[in-house]
Amino acid sequence: MSAHLPILIVVVPLVAALVVPLLGRRTPGVAHAVTLAALIFALVASGLVLARVVVDGVWRYQLGGWAPPWGIEYVVDPLSGGMMVLVSFLALAASTYAWSYLLATDPGRIGLFDSLYLLLVTGLLGIVATGDLFNLYVFLEISAIAAYALLAMGGDRATVATFRYLLIGTVGSSCYLLGTGYFYALTGTLNMADLTERLSGVGESPAMAVGIGLIVVGLAIKAAVFPFHGWQPDVYTYAPPPVTGFVAAAMTKVSAYAIFRVLYFVLGGTPVAASALVFLGGVGVLAILAGSWLALAQTDIRRMLAYSSVGQMGYIVLGFSIGSPIALVGALFHVLNHAVMKSCLFLVAGGVRWRTGFSSVASFVGMGRRMPLSMLAFAVAAVSMVGLPPTVGFFSKWYLLLGAFEARAWPGVAALVVSSGLSAVYFFRVLERTFVVSDDRLVATESRELPAGMLGPVLVLAAAGLLLGLFQQPLITHVIQRALPATVS
Amino acid sequence: MGEMAELLSIGTVQYLQAAALLLVGLYGIVARRHLLRKLMAMNILQVAVIVFFIALSAKSGATVPVVVDEAGGIDVAAYVNPLPHALMLTAIVVSVSTTGVALALLIRIRRRYGTLSETALLDKLRE
Repeated sequence: MSAHLPILIVVVPLVAALVVPLLGRRTPGVAHAVTLAALIFALVASGLVLARVVVDGVWRYQLGGWAPPWGIEYVVDPLSGGMMVLVSFLALAASTYAWSYLLATDPGRIGLFDSLYLLLVTGLLGIVATGDLFNLYVFLEISAIAAYALLAMGGDRATVATFRYLLIGTVGSSCYLLGTGYFYALTGTLNMADLTERLSGVGESPAMAVGIGLIVVGLAIKAAVFPFHGWQPDVYTYAPPPVTGFVAAAMTKVSAYAIFRVLYFVLGGTPVAASALVFLGGVGVLAILAGSWLALAQTDIRRMLAYSSVGQMGYIVLGFSIGSPIALVGALFHVLNHAVMKSCLFLVAGGVRWRTGFSSVASFVGMGRRMPLSMLAFAVAAVSMVGLPPTVGFFSKWYLLLGAFEARAWPGVAALVVSSGLSAVYFFRVLERTFVVSDDRLVATESRELPAGMLGPVLVLAAAGLLLGLFQQPLITHVIQRALPATVS
Repeated sequence: MGEMAELLSIGTVQYLQAAALLLVGLYGIVARRHLLRKLMAMNILQVAVIVFFIALSAKSGATVPVVVDEAGGIDVAAYVNPLPHALMLTAIVVSVSTTGVALALLIRIRRRYGTLSETALLDKLRE
């Protein structure tokens, strides 16, 4: 069985997604237990696969025994293995949180929720695992369609926001598919490794430039990279908390992974990839500044976090664009940092709204006393987003800054410094209200701490932020540096 | 490989058709005010991609890719490339699923707000 782990990681959540709605009708508890079991399997299996590829190198798995380039192959290297662990870890945390939340708000739909949730996870894991451009498109759409349904569960406003996301998201994935078509026309193959080999014989052409342009724009829409982020703030604001906590953390990061995979592995070192990276660098600087500035202007905490994500995606693509080993380490580490910390922040913000009915920044006054543990986790995550030691965020920003300095990318350096300042302002504004400002009327009110089922995942995510910061050195030498493309390191 | 690149460079009717559909779709999504029309424009955009792929597989003078007589070796030029067709079958399934979810969302919007016109909807959301 262990020989088939790469495919099982994708197939087990998929099969569970089919079983869960049948169980959910009468026995929601069993349905959720199956969901968690599937996610735990995905996490453990991803961990095992990652441990193996870190030692033995790339693991190529041929689906159904059909040899590539005719058959589809899954390719797990330290990069995709690391992403698998990250995605399944976040999925498990948010799914645990979802149980308590749904039990209190909408117990009748636990089965359906879990089914869609597992489909979303299947899609994201598939994107990461596959070594085939068209297969990536299929998984992109599986995850997107499941996400549309999940996000729309947040109510009326969420439905309107999701419809807009569906239109824009489909434009994005259609662009990606069209770009894939260009590369198929140029080389006659869809397998990534085969494509790399054949492209070297094709040489520069306008068709290649158009193809890469379409793929990058399509994935940038999916990743909500400024200026393609228009769909994102409304969707993140109105979606149910356990969905935002996972989608905001994992989905855009997986799209960023796809950009990285295409530009550095499939087309690594080609002049068109280099120009695409220059474009992303410019876009990244703008995203960092615009996202941080807009986050500062928000009064709703969820919308503030959403715009902060726009800025953070800018950090990641800026790191890709600089392209030196240290900048890439920073960018990948920032993927990790932002995914874990933003998930924690959104889950706490959603929990506060659920417990108190409020989500404005002003309503956080005195929350440090009413929800002490949740707010502690929130504080850790916020400090990591600002980038203070010893959290993981300090190290990811440090490596990015170092990379930008070395490359003499002054606009990037300026954007990183300015946005760190701005994020300190907008996060400490919240933390000040939470812990420092006291309101006499609130002293008498009872504790509103989250139930254990929701508090647990939040605390685990915050602890992960501290542990990742503490053990960043071994993590970088053993996993992240091996995840870099051979052309760079 | 070389033939493929050549196919792309000879701009035939189908490629222009795909480009036109793509622009119509994009224009509709941006400019139309009715959500159902936006959805229809999205479908046109998806059809554009399908036409593009199908055009890739076309060859003049070729027939359906069913090999009857394998004895004399397979003459690739005599058959249409079946792979883009297979890919587009998947793309059509994706398009149908997306449309299904989108229609379900539209039904909910219509029930709640009583309209699918974007301007009227924005007014109601501001209230």
